[in-house]
Amino acid sequence: MSNTRLIARLDVKGSTLIKGVHLEGLRVLGDPQEYAKRYYAEGADELIYIDVVATLYGRSKLTDIVRRTAEEVFIPMTVGGGIRSIEDVRDMLGAGADKVAINTAAVNRPDLIVEVSRRFGSQCMVLSIEAKQQAEGHWEVYTDCGRERSGLNVVEWARRGEALGAGEILLTSVDREGTRQGFDLQLTHAITSVVGIPVIASGGMGKPSDLVDVVTQGKADAVAMADLLHYKRATIGEVRQAAKSAGIQVRAYESV
Amino acid sequence: MSQSDVVVIDYGMGNLLSVCRALQRCGANVQLSSNPDVIRHAPRVVLPGVGAFDVAMAELQRLHLVEVLQGVAARGTPLLGICLGMQLLLDESEEFGRSTGLGLIHGRAVSLKVPSLECMGLKVPHIGWSEIYPSESCSDWNGTFLQDVKSGEAMYFVHSFMARITNEGHCLSHCHYGDLIVPAVISRDNIHGCQFHPEKSGETGLKLLRRFFSL
Repeated sequence: MSNTRLIARLDVKGSTLIKGVHLEGLRVLGDPQEYAKRYYAEGADELIYIDVVATLYGRSKLTDIVRRTAEEVFIPMTVGGGIRSIEDVRDMLGAGADKVAINTAAVNRPDLIVEVSRRFGSQCMVLSIEAKQQAEGHWEVYTDCGRERSGLNVVEWARRGEALGAGEILLTSVDREGTRQGFDLQLTHAITSVVGIPVIASGGMGKPSDLVDVVTQGKADAVAMADLLHYKRATIGEVRQAAKSAGIQVRAYESV
Repeated sequence: MSQSDVVVIDYGMGNLLSVCRALQRCGANVQLSSNPDVIRHAPRVVLPGVGAFDVAMAELQRLHLVEVLQGVAARGTPLLGICLGMQLLLDESEEFGRSTGLGLIHGRAVSLKVPSLECMGLKVPHIGWSEIYPSESCSDWNGTFLQDVKSGEAMYFVHSFMARITNEGHCLSHCHYGDLIVPAVISRDNIHGCQFHPEKSGETGLKLLRRFFSL
């Protein structure tokens, strides 16, 4: 077993950290930089920044946020939202990102996955999938932050993404996102059972024990947390402790 | 010639900025350069790198840096290779057939892809945090640039190849990946390498980089 990674996810709009429910109804929380620093100090294994409106407006203030964060935060950073081209990827990596998460642009042009993984390595290419349940055991891929239907089946798209060169999958359940009801275990398991690359479960973490379920039942390799951390309902240290107590292997970390 | 504390080799392989920022965080005056004269006179040299071994060696050759780095190493300048940069310190790599390395620490880079890992459901590349421990030949990290790191602290790894070192005494530390014992830190005199990314390993990684400046 590898260590299960505990990832803090920060959704941003313009220059502010926001949090929604089902990726909608966004609430403004504050300066993402301050939150990022707190999670770094608490022992997050990685950070994910997603610009939730970049796809709509085609521009991103994200590079600035990433650049500032990278001056003070020394853990891997994945950045997504509005990334459409090799140039966009290069800009993000130049600003301090280690990986990029791509959803909409990959759905529109799957060859982008091939290009990014060839040019920067598959470890850099995270396929972001926003999944919405349509029927029992059936999920559809959504783009533009849960707003547009794509017609793609999530399980098939995950498989295809891996074949095209994605190194990791960020799997967000739109149904659970922001609800604190726990992860969609069925969805997570449906993906982890068909791909060989790591899957980050995202959406619905309401309490530390939700992590235990998505790792033991969903077989997630990593867990993204937002709401739980942003509203200080738990610290990463508490989540780490809960994981350890349940026998889940996590990084040894002592806060400094 | 150079007013900096450390020169980071700029040869187009990977995210050099992260390495520079981490070194700056350690209080260093950092210069990014591919100029042979600047590198020759550097008080310390860091060779970072993400990507393919043969491409990296070809780039170093194109920039006439192979002999420069070998000269720097021979003169006793502290040299730190990170990730692919560490593997380049070796004699050769089996990535894409066989490629010749800098030959500064004897050994070769071999693939992580072994059948036993697959059986255990472990993935290649090895991506994530792994705890590092002193190697059998190295009971004590005192006096090395691992001095401030505790056995069992975790570092961030991203790699598909690992070093196989000829002289076990040159391996200071390892991590476990499945049943593989992966060299995490190698060292011979003034030449050092780490397989993980200290610039992405949080405060633990920064402790190691800070110590590099007191070597």
